[in-house]
Amino acid sequence: MPRTLGAERPSTSLRSAQDERAQNFVRPERIRRDDGAQNFVRPERSRRTLALLVLALLATPANAQSNRPPAPYAYRQLENPAQEARANALMQELRCLVCQGQSIHDSDAEMAGDMRHLVRTRIKAGESPEEVRAWLIERYGSWVSYHPRLAGDTLLLWLAPLLLLLAGGWLAFRRLKVRR
Amino acid sequence: MNRKLWLALPLIVFAAFVLAVGWRLSEPSDPTVRSRLVGEKVPAFALAPMLPGRPGLASADFAKGGPRLLNLFGSWCVPCIAEAPALLELEKRGVPIDAIALRDTPEDVARFLADHGDPFAAIGNDPVGEAKIALGSSGVPETFIVDRKGVIRFQHIGPIMPQDLARIMAEWEKVR
Repeated sequence: MPRTLGAERPSTSLRSAQDERAQNFVRPERIRRDDGAQNFVRPERSRRTLALLVLALLATPANAQSNRPPAPYAYRQLENPAQEARANALMQELRCLVCQGQSIHDSDAEMAGDMRHLVRTRIKAGESPEEVRAWLIERYGSWVSYHPRLAGDTLLLWLAPLLLLLAGGWLAFRRLKVRR
Repeated sequence: MNRKLWLALPLIVFAAFVLAVGWRLSEPSDPTVRSRLVGEKVPAFALAPMLPGRPGLASADFAKGGPRLLNLFGSWCVPCIAEAPALLELEKRGVPIDAIALRDTPEDVARFLADHGDPFAAIGNDPVGEAKIALGSSGVPETFIVDRKGVIRFQHIGPIMPQDLARIMAEWEKVR
């Protein structure tokens, strides 16, 4: 698995720590924050820190991912360029469930690969991107999509820019009136 | 306009910001993603048998016969080892359990079951997580309770630990 290396390593970065947390269901407070803190060690301790760091890099991952190869369409494009373009646009708007905050297009997590495979096979079978998105929202909620629909619970989200603009305009209007 | 109030406004906004950040820091948001299919029928999937000579698993199997537990696991998944005794205990109490083995091989699953016990009636092979995603699951282990009509009634996310058994049994009694 050449491209999943980063996600498989133990928590050397916050991102892989989050991957592991999500996949092993460890509570957030138990994550080891061994990143960042090492920037501030004193010189005499740096050798020991380096040794520890090398050990951490060599350690076997806590099996957060299976040892099976990625799904066929996880890293392979569709043969039809028009279909691939549609699948690709959709994958950029779907949230990875284990490395929350990344799209499945960007993530190297195993589940993101499986989701890319699912998106591509469904687009290949003739489904529209919106059908695939709706199918996933049915399972994971609108949270899974980076492109929220305009609905009751997202009304404020869509109207907020307009409301802020109106409020700003009102403030500016008042100030200008006082100066005149 | 009250000039003092205007002067205090930035301070008020800043205080509100500090309060909001402080609240989220002391109470981190819950990153678990629950399946929206609880209360819905088991979605369509048909999985080949994971082990030779043992049945596979299809969603049609759930509408016939009584209620069942559906466990998602992987031989490569460490928390799945932790929940193995709890699943054996549930089987001992007469709860039928079917399983979906995620991204696994027959050899590894056979070894896992030999090492940690085998409470499963049927084991479906889910090589690329199709059934897992269809169920709205985001990781292993996860366990669903499916009633006699094939409707998902409960989802347990993460390993079933000894302290979770009472809750699982209570939910199980509801669908029996």
